[in-house]
Amino acid sequence: MKIKGTRLFVKALVAEGVDTLFAYPGGMAIDLFDALYGEEDFRVVLPRHEQGLIHAADGYARATGKTGVCLVTSGPGATNLVTGIATANYDSVPLVCFTGQVPTNLIGNDAFQEVDIVGICRNICKYAVTVRRREDLGRIIKEAFYIARTGKPGPVLVDLPKDVQNALGPDEYPAEVAIRGYKPSTGVHMGQLKKAAAMLEGARRPLFLLGGGVLVAGAGKAMTALAERLGVPVVTTIMGKGALPADHPLYIGNMGMHGNVASNTAVSECDLLFSIGTRFNDRITGKIEEFAKGAKIVHIDIDAASISRNIVVDVPIVADAKEAIEKLAEIALPPKHAEGWAERLRALKAQTPLAMERTGDLCPQDVMEAIDAAFPEAVFTTDVGQNQMWATQFLQLKGESRLLTSGGLGTMGYGLPAAIGAGLGRPDLPVVCIAGDGGFQMNEQELATAVCEELPVTIVILNNSYLGNVRQWQEMFYGGRYSCTCLRKRRSCGPWCSSPSAKCPPYVPDFIKLAASYGIEGIRVTERGQLADAFARAKSNTKAPTLIECIIDREADILPMVPGGNALSDMITEYKKEGK
Amino acid sequence: MTFSDRPRKRWISLYVENDVGVLAKISGLFSGKSYNLLSLTVGETEDPTVSRMTISLVGDDKTFEQVKKQLNRSVEVIKVLDFTDLAIHKKEILFIKLHSLRRDEMEDVFRSASVFGVAVSDYDKNSLLLESVKTESENDEVLRYYKKYFLSRMEAVRGGSVAIESLSLSDR
Repeated sequence: MKIKGTRLFVKALVAEGVDTLFAYPGGMAIDLFDALYGEEDFRVVLPRHEQGLIHAADGYARATGKTGVCLVTSGPGATNLVTGIATANYDSVPLVCFTGQVPTNLIGNDAFQEVDIVGICRNICKYAVTVRRREDLGRIIKEAFYIARTGKPGPVLVDLPKDVQNALGPDEYPAEVAIRGYKPSTGVHMGQLKKAAAMLEGARRPLFLLGGGVLVAGAGKAMTALAERLGVPVVTTIMGKGALPADHPLYIGNMGMHGNVASNTAVSECDLLFSIGTRFNDRITGKIEEFAKGAKIVHIDIDAASISRNIVVDVPIVADAKEAIEKLAEIALPPKHAEGWAERLRALKAQTPLAMERTGDLCPQDVMEAIDAAFPEAVFTTDVGQNQMWATQFLQLKGESRLLTSGGLGTMGYGLPAAIGAGLGRPDLPVVCIAGDGGFQMNEQELATAVCEELPVTIVILNNSYLGNVRQWQEMFYGGRYSCTCLRKRRSCGPWCSSPSAKCPPYVPDFIKLAASYGIEGIRVTERGQLADAFARAKSNTKAPTLIECIIDREADILPMVPGGNALSDMITEYKKEGK
Repeated sequence: MTFSDRPRKRWISLYVENDVGVLAKISGLFSGKSYNLLSLTVGETEDPTVSRMTISLVGDDKTFEQVKKQLNRSVEVIKVLDFTDLAIHKKEILFIKLHSLRRDEMEDVFRSASVFGVAVSDYDKNSLLLESVKTESENDEVLRYYKKYFLSRMEAVRGGSVAIESLSLSDR
């Protein structure tokens, strides 16, 4: 039987087990939306901006482990996806993004809302393709889902010209794929793994370094069990945070630019760095020449191209993290000569805890601790900047908890839409979005989506009225010249202001009134004593989001900090504010 | 693994899908990652669904390893062959058009072309078209020679190298 492309599209989504489609209509997608009308096999969610849409699909995918699916129109609908595609690509998130396109006979004519989205996205996604013939549609959709979720997951873009959508063609959706240029690696090289296990057994100061790949592979529990059996301490990148519960005795903390003292010291002093699922980017390594200088390095990664790119390693192993960890568990023996090492790191961690000054009325650490107390198990999303670093430093991430954060691309505006996607995918867990006042405004229109989807997301805005992370750099490295980072600044302030005062103009918007305009509860917290009540109120709103605005110390810093290009051992642990 | 920091010339032969956008994908990968591409040629193979690219670049060992890995992980790439240290045949086509030549110059060019093994594939009263199918470095020499005498009266175009592995001994 011949059916229209639009019908096959819907059939394909059902066959792929899609339960949620993030979709925004437009002229070149209207036929697809017509085919979706009254669809009961899956939920169609209408965000308020395509960037919010794709971050929501991304949050859904990270929270569930399933593939996030987007549908938008051509031209601006498609280009609004670009930041989200790059975000997902950098953090290995499986997405399939369908974009409407002008009919094939108009491509290249500068038609209304025509853009070469495949050309634009080619280098920021795992695969991008235009369907030029109706008979290829089923195969290409099948391949798109397969490519997105296998190997190192990532976003795939499928561009659908309007005439292909409407053409009649085969009704079959293939069951199998065969792509000659794409064979994701399977299995583990046992010889290499045995070599790595032997090094582990012989090491005096072994250390596991876990990146996001461990979580992508769903290997957190297997990894925890392995670390426990071997008694080997663990540090994580911010993307790997949560692989072990933060209160686990073997967990030393996050390492890297804003890692804790004990973790960065551990990396600098270990003699075997056993790393899994990390790409060793610059925020992780600091000065390359000094990174884990005295250590042998084992590197397990699904992506051969991530191995020996930034850091030359001694034992490279291309494998899925979970498979490698399970195989390693079968052969690895506890280190014979590592007595005292884990205890030493634990003691160092106890001596150098992450601790903020609590002289003011409300500091970010108060907020994170209150969040942990109120939500012992939850999906947490963050925006990007100080809010993100404080969340990754202080949240405990117990049980099923997950932390969704734009670690690679560092996309402001990610937090709220990602929380919406997470809420749709994991209705069994509370969802908490932690954002700064700057990033929140980049996608605040998605409050409407949260309301319309009746999602009880708790939104925590840390309001310091600054683009705080850049302000901190300006304070520490640019002589306090607060160039374009104050969000209260008005024209009448003049160009030179570099410190907040009681005379600063009022903040816009008023987040509480903004919440009210969406018909949701907004609570302003100005001192730590109000936090518990605020979160209790948020938990009682079970059908709608709650916005909690926390007015924090305007010039709080994230510490410790390894300034860009410094060795990990070269940390700023205290920063004395001049004249303040 | 030991890597040499010394940059040297490398050769890659690449099997790719013969599809719209694949050339853009591969060349974009080189520019986006700042790899130093020297030449890239592409054409259909015996199988019309497959194209083959011959790529030459300069890079140290570490960069070159990364280039091969990045090519390998592209869905559109079917196979990556490293020709750098293999016995290969490689040839490039170079056309040189010379014009406004005097009669004696015409004769000189005919003579030199025959010495260099360069074909004269077209001519009229005072112009000539030379066609040189040689290795890139031999073509460099040919071009250098004619530039020396005819720089203001010439037009040159080169195609970039295509390469194929030599027959292995067991095939002979």
